Amino acid sequence: MAVKSAGGGKYRKMSMSPKEYQAFAKTREPSRSVFGNCIRAFIVGGAICVLGQAIQQLFIHLAHMKPEDASNPTVAVLIILSVILTSLGIYDKIAQFAGAGSAVPVTGFANSMCSAALEHRSEGLVLGVGGNMFKLAGSVVVFGTVAAFFVGIAHLIFGTGGAH
Amino acid sequence: MLRGKQTWKFDNRPVLIGAATVVGPDEGDGPLAAEFDLVHPELDMQQKSWEKAERLLLEQASEFALNNARIEKEQLQFYVGGDLMNQIISNSFAARGLGVPNIGVFGACSTSMESLAIASLMVNSGAAQYVLAGTCSHNCTAEKQFRYPTEYGSQKPPTAQYTVTGAGAVVVAAAGDGPVVEYATIGKVVDLGIKDPFNMGAAMAPAAVDTIQAHFNDTGRTPKDYDLIVTGDLASVGHPLAKELLIRDGVPMNETTFKDCGLMVYDVERQKVQAGGSGCGCSAVVTYGHLLKKIAKGELKRVLVVATGALLSPLSFQQGESIPCIAHAVAISGGKE
Repeated sequence: MAVKSAGGGKYRKMSMSPKEYQAFAKTREPSRSVFGNCIRAFIVGGAICVLGQAIQQLFIHLAHMKPEDASNPTVAVLIILSVILTSLGIYDKIAQFAGAGSAVPVTGFANSMCSAALEHRSEGLVLGVGGNMFKLAGSVVVFGTVAAFFVGIAHLIFGTGGAH
Repeated sequence: MLRGKQTWKFDNRPVLIGAATVVGPDEGDGPLAAEFDLVHPELDMQQKSWEKAERLLLEQASEFALNNARIEKEQLQFYVGGDLMNQIISNSFAARGLGVPNIGVFGACSTSMESLAIASLMVNSGAAQYVLAGTCSHNCTAEKQFRYPTEYGSQKPPTAQYTVTGAGAVVVAAAGDGPVVEYATIGKVVDLGIKDPFNMGAAMAPAAVDTIQAHFNDTGRTPKDYDLIVTGDLASVGHPLAKELLIRDGVPMNETTFKDCGLMVYDVERQKVQAGGSGCGCSAVVTYGHLLKKIAKGELKRVLVVATGALLSPLSFQQGESIPCIAHAVAISGGKE
């Protein structure tokens, strides 16, 4: 890049190599607070789990469900709450604060599907909503299934414990 | 005409006879709110899609620019425009409504000065009497195309930037009253290997530096010749990098005021915009809304606008490519020597 210009060449041209520049830019980058992010993720993620637990207790005590039967409607309630917050434009603001805290629980999965469906509604129901709803969630499903497959194989080979 | 390697000198002094800017709610909440012709209170602008809203911004800015220039649409010979959308659709749909011969251009966020440079060249060469240059961007269309769905909850790093919702348009004329376009320096594509699409300021800074150095070398000017040099959208991460690189190379940037449109359009401390503004609309609304008014009032005598663009696509960064960047500089003065 150090080419002398025909128009006088008063200022020398930038002399940094790409490697030097990347290191130069890296040292001047604002730090991302990993510790602060972990704390916030723990608080918000934990709060979502506490809410889930409370909903499950309500199903157990008020609807007299068994704990294992209460988990499905609990997840459904959390999904509905997440979809409502996404549609009102609140979930993404929580996520900017919480980071992984709002992305990891089931509410984050619901948010990824709902936001994609909302965003691509303008391209129609089939190609827009249908075709894009799993745009982000799709890889969770794929890698979840692949992981389950390998865990299943391991379970078969080593015959380690398990309920069934 | 050609000065040095990559700069055009406009001897016939193309005049910016009228400009207009239309913005969204966040820009209307920023420090330059009073400078814009129209502030939309809602991001969707009562349109059915984000893309329609973006198009509306450009249509309105074009219409207001013609009004402010006091010319009729029929007097306009060409319209040069572009935007960030795939196949520059906002430009094409706005041009469809205008019904004026159109040159569509793409330079990512540098499109504002790219289109102004081409329009000025056309007027200066006698290819036209009146040319409209315009560009636009919308926060939600950019999020949708380049990042994630707008309501998706992902945490943005502090280096990320917030795409400006806004459009700016300006009428360049062979004669009339207004600020004068003196020079345009067309930038080279510069890529120093930054790959993070959430750190475009750092990716674009070397392109801005390259164009600023080329401008001074080609014209024989120095930073002192300008009251203000503004970069387009380097924001709080890229702008200090550019300044440090320039000073390191012996360009006395301390002799002028060196600012960035991405830091001027928002109150970065108060508004949640991470590092600052970006997008085609960023340099367009600051230049056409704010700077031209200051030049017209005589508060600024000569300004160099260096619009920066990150020429990535969602495909290229997913394939692990680095971000090629470009910057185009246009020198605007009050017209009175």
